[in-house]
Amino acid sequence: MYSAIVFLPLAGALIAGFFGRILGDKASGILTSLLLISAAVLSWIVFYRVGFHGEEARVAILPWIAVGDLQSSWSIRVDTLTAVMLVVVNTVSSVVHVYSIGYMSDDDMQPRFFAFLSLFTFAMLALVTADNFVQLFFGWEGVGLASYLLIGFWYHRPSANAAAIKAFIVNRVGDFGFALGIFAIVYIFRDVSFDTVFAAAREKQGIILDVFGYKVQALTLICLLLFMGAMGKSAQFLLHTWLPDAMEGPTPVSALIHAATMVTAGVFMVARLSPLFELSPVALTAVTIVGATTAFFAATVGVAQNDIKRVIAYSTCSQLGYMFAALGLRAYSAGMFHLFTHAFFKALLFLGAGSVIHALHGEQDLRKMGGLRKAAPITFAMMVIGTLALTGFPFTAGFYSKDMIIEATHASDAPAAHYAFVLLAIAAFLTSFYSWRLIFMAFFGTPRDHHAFEHAHESPFVMTGPLFVLALGALAAGYVFAPAFIHGDVAQFWRSSLAPVHEAGPAAEAPIWIQALPTIMMLAGFLIAYVSYIALPGIPAWTVRNFKPVNAFLVRKWYFDELYHVIFVMPYRWLSRMLWVYGDGAIIDGLGPDGVSARVLNVAKGAVRFQTGYVYQYAFVMLIGVVALVTYFAYPVLASYFAALLPHRGTV
Amino acid sequence: MTIAGFFFYVFSIVTIASGVMVISVRNPVHAVLFLILAFFNAAGLFVLLGAEFLAMILVIVYVGAVAVLFLFVVMMLDVDFSELRSGFTRYTPVAFLIGAILLGELVIVVASFTLAPGAIQPLPADHITNAEAIGRVLYTKYVYFFQLAGLTLLVAMIGAIVLTLRTREYAKRQNIGRQVARRRGDAIEVVQVETGKGLS
Amino acid sequence: MPAASSTLEAATGIALQQYLTVAAILFTLGVFGIFLNRKNVIVILMSIELMLLAVNINLVAFSAYLNDITGQIFALLVLTVAAAEAAIGLAIIVIYYRNRGSIAVDDINSMKG
Repeated sequence: MYSAIVFLPLAGALIAGFFGRILGDKASGILTSLLLISAAVLSWIVFYRVGFHGEEARVAILPWIAVGDLQSSWSIRVDTLTAVMLVVVNTVSSVVHVYSIGYMSDDDMQPRFFAFLSLFTFAMLALVTADNFVQLFFGWEGVGLASYLLIGFWYHRPSANAAAIKAFIVNRVGDFGFALGIFAIVYIFRDVSFDTVFAAAREKQGIILDVFGYKVQALTLICLLLFMGAMGKSAQFLLHTWLPDAMEGPTPVSALIHAATMVTAGVFMVARLSPLFELSPVALTAVTIVGATTAFFAATVGVAQNDIKRVIAYSTCSQLGYMFAALGLRAYSAGMFHLFTHAFFKALLFLGAGSVIHALHGEQDLRKMGGLRKAAPITFAMMVIGTLALTGFPFTAGFYSKDMIIEATHASDAPAAHYAFVLLAIAAFLTSFYSWRLIFMAFFGTPRDHHAFEHAHESPFVMTGPLFVLALGALAAGYVFAPAFIHGDVAQFWRSSLAPVHEAGPAAEAPIWIQALPTIMMLAGFLIAYVSYIALPGIPAWTVRNFKPVNAFLVRKWYFDELYHVIFVMPYRWLSRMLWVYGDGAIIDGLGPDGVSARVLNVAKGAVRFQTGYVYQYAFVMLIGVVALVTYFAYPVLASYFAALLPHRGTV
Repeated sequence: MTIAGFFFYVFSIVTIASGVMVISVRNPVHAVLFLILAFFNAAGLFVLLGAEFLAMILVIVYVGAVAVLFLFVVMMLDVDFSELRSGFTRYTPVAFLIGAILLGELVIVVASFTLAPGAIQPLPADHITNAEAIGRVLYTKYVYFFQLAGLTLLVAMIGAIVLTLRTREYAKRQNIGRQVARRRGDAIEVVQVETGKGLS
Repeated sequence: MPAASSTLEAATGIALQQYLTVAAILFTLGVFGIFLNRKNVIVILMSIELMLLAVNINLVAFSAYLNDITGQIFALLVLTVAAAEAAIGLAIIVIYYRNRGSIAVDDINSMKG
């Protein structure tokens, strides 16, 4: 059964990929969706069996690498952490598949799309069921590849191609760190299997490595390098630049990859490696700081964006920061729970946004929307549910998970905890503000662009049905699963899949004002948004006019793209140009083919001057040759003659 | 200085002077005439050396045949004097230098060698003429070379004819092959002629 | 120089070297004639004849001073070849003149490459 969960999507990908043209658009979509729904159902069954009945499993598939001491085989590891991820990935993926049948119905390359979606799902599943670092890396790269393929799905658009490359390259930078981390693991531990590494971690705590003259603790270095991979994959601060541009892909892609699954791979990885991170306080602090900074940064930028998908993308970035902050503060279960609930409501928000775009026939600019709640009531209701869950309205899924994290930041005494607390609280306020801003601008008020509004309509059931499923999860997942994930006997649920943390107590005894703080922030954000966009609609324009630099700073994403362009892209281009023009062109080509051919031409031109066509000149050259030969052969005679001559001159 | 020595110098100087004139006069007819003069004086040198047969052969063949041939061609070709460029190009100093070097080397070699002791053959016992001396070896020891020389001349003759032969299409000639290949059927036609009617 | 071991030298007082010198000068003159003339191609042929004459003088001189008749045989054959070559050369010049209309040396450069 475990193999089926992992390989059914692969089967779907292969069939849709190779035979899609024969099957046709509809059949490809239905087939892949059915395969994924089956996998999702199986995942829920596994989730119950593993999480609540304690059945863990290792399923060996095939032996893979055997080089000297390094043995690595392909096997599926199923523990609670895996089961949680299986549920998330398969449920959201199947929902997105069904949704895409409707959303992509006008597209002429549908089988390709479904094949890529299923391929991505397979890679993600390989990632979460990995039992060793190499398999994890395979899944890691696989999702990166699928992300590239899907972002650049409409490859006729140059902006889509550029965005796909940007995503891949920024991911690559992170993967570089990840690969170095794996190398360090092999160097220190001589094995890549998780069980072996976790068991041996405690002994290796004292190893000090010498890196370029600096002495670092080996485990800290490993964790930092691995976290660098997580930063790239999960679009954390400094490696976040690809996520907003990734919105060039179709909306279902954004929902699946950039909300629920691929970007959460980083979170999953840190959680999976929590036994290692536990042994490196430095790495944990780094994780916290990066996560909290990302949460704050992304929220500030999301406030100023005008593209509906970009607002949600920055929201995702921000929420991922929450998860990392939680993990850094050793609240692993809280972080994973937030991942679990976030998948539902963020996918819901993205698919709802897709529904809005579909209703307006491709319009994505919030400034051109308005008054949609009458034209698309179901979409409106779903988006409101998603927003409520995101901002942490009491008893929705986000309420439980988000509050848990903020309480953990307050309760923890880690070095970065206060920093995280302040930033996360402000981010909660901003999250509420921009989420409600989106709702008010899109669904309320008078339509700003009448032409699009006239043709606006509700989406078909094949698109709204998945929205219902996700809304159910957004509302109920928190209430239903919080006891198991975070409140109850956490150790019994997670068992050995997460590192055991013994201070689960303090979070439950947080002061009342801390418990209420997220809700207060949420209400504040809602009020400010209501005032700005419904009650006194002139406020946003006034703010933009009077605070132009601030607005520009936020809209241009803190000028990160420009900064990276100057720091990395321009020097790289300059270096490439130098190497191309001088290195390749002047030196290699010049000394090689071009140089040789030019010299041949030169020499030939010079040699051609001998061929004048005048026989007497040829004869003259022959004469010179004859004289030379004669001189050579008669040299002894000539020399002795002159030698005999000299004494004469002396005596004269 | 003996008479022979005196004549040696006369012949030599005239030969060399003629050689110089051959290559430097403007009129090609004059050049040929100077060439003839050079040949004559060379023949004189040969006589001094005791090779009178060869000297006469030189006169007959070179002057009588080759130089006359030169004259024929020079006069046949329509050479325009006014057009003749006398020219020293920029190569001339270099050419002179190279030539001078060659001459210098040749003279040095000539001046510095010694004959090997056994090189000088004994004279034959009886006094024979040059012609007989040549005849003694030409048809016996060197007969193949003699025949080859003949063949060379034959080939040259054929070559010269082939090169310069111009066929005139309008001249009537016999085509032997065609004549021989003629058949009775091409030449004769038998016709029954009725009396009083004629062929018409 | 060798002592007067040769009868000819004793008789005439001219050494072998002098004949050879004359031949060398004639040879050089012939060489000059080939590439110093700008007039016409016939002069080239005449220069070749001069060179061959020089060679003949050389051969006969050696034959006389070494009392070896082979030199004269060789000179006879050289004579033959010279005549044949002059004939062919002149035939070529005639043809060339027929086709090109000029035998000025400067015009004969169709081999230019």
